[in-house]
Amino acid sequence: MRLEYFEMIDSVSQLDRAAGRIETVALVPMESPVFEGHFPSYPLVPGVLLTETMAQASGYLLLAHLDFRLMPFLIAVEKARFRAFVGPGTRLDVEASLEHDGSGYAVTKAAIRREGKLVADAELRFRTMPFPPELEPPMRARAAQIGLTGLMQPVPTESAPA
Amino acid sequence: MSDQPTDAASSTTFDRVADIIADTADIPRETVTPESHAIDDLGIDSLAFLDIAFAVDKAFGIKLPLERWTQEVNEGKVPAEEYFVLKNLCARIDALVAEKAAKA
Repeated sequence: MRLEYFEMIDSVSQLDRAAGRIETVALVPMESPVFEGHFPSYPLVPGVLLTETMAQASGYLLLAHLDFRLMPFLIAVEKARFRAFVGPGTRLDVEASLEHDGSGYAVTKAAIRREGKLVADAELRFRTMPFPPELEPPMRARAAQIGLTGLMQPVPTESAPA
Repeated sequence: MSDQPTDAASSTTFDRVADIIADTADIPRETVTPESHAIDDLGIDSLAFLDIAFAVDKAFGIKLPLERWTQEVNEGKVPAEEYFVLKNLCARIDALVAEKAAKA
């Protein structure tokens, strides 16, 4: 994670496009300017950044689901819960699943776990829109960098062999 | 099942949709009528309409084709009233439900 650059997801460990599910990893840095204020001498990852982390995992899931035809933008956060403190140096397993594939919008459920224990979860809603032209290349580059692109196998169709 | 929604079906659909709108957009239920225009009369913005669309999709097991509707309205092919006046919206929901049932 590079908190101050809003690069929350470090790698994609699993992607199941047919099932609409992604598993990612986010490593909290030992040091960040964020920790200077949140909180002095007691560093914790802010809940708003845990939400962003779940949103980004969901966003990469949606980019894969939509085959990069549309860009998801976060429009709603529902039922967000922060169940434990997260400090520097923590490995977070961040998963997201597609809850509803609407027309022009999508809904995901996301969760963050530390050593298997639930740290945060939320239901997130996204508007899906055509890419602003200047945004698509860096999003594709970042997706390749974290390993999403390499996991984007074609979704099997009913007529295709298993 | 008829291809055309019946008045009874539309009425039931309207009650369900009106309840969804009242709950989702925090609008007094009694102000929501079949003649209400979701945007012009009820003041529902595009974000709130997505909330309503999600609730409608879930409640009726359909997928409102919002992208196509928006494109048709923006291109002037269809007046917005066709989709956003609630009696018209409910008729389209009935049609989508019937279409889904026919495919099942």
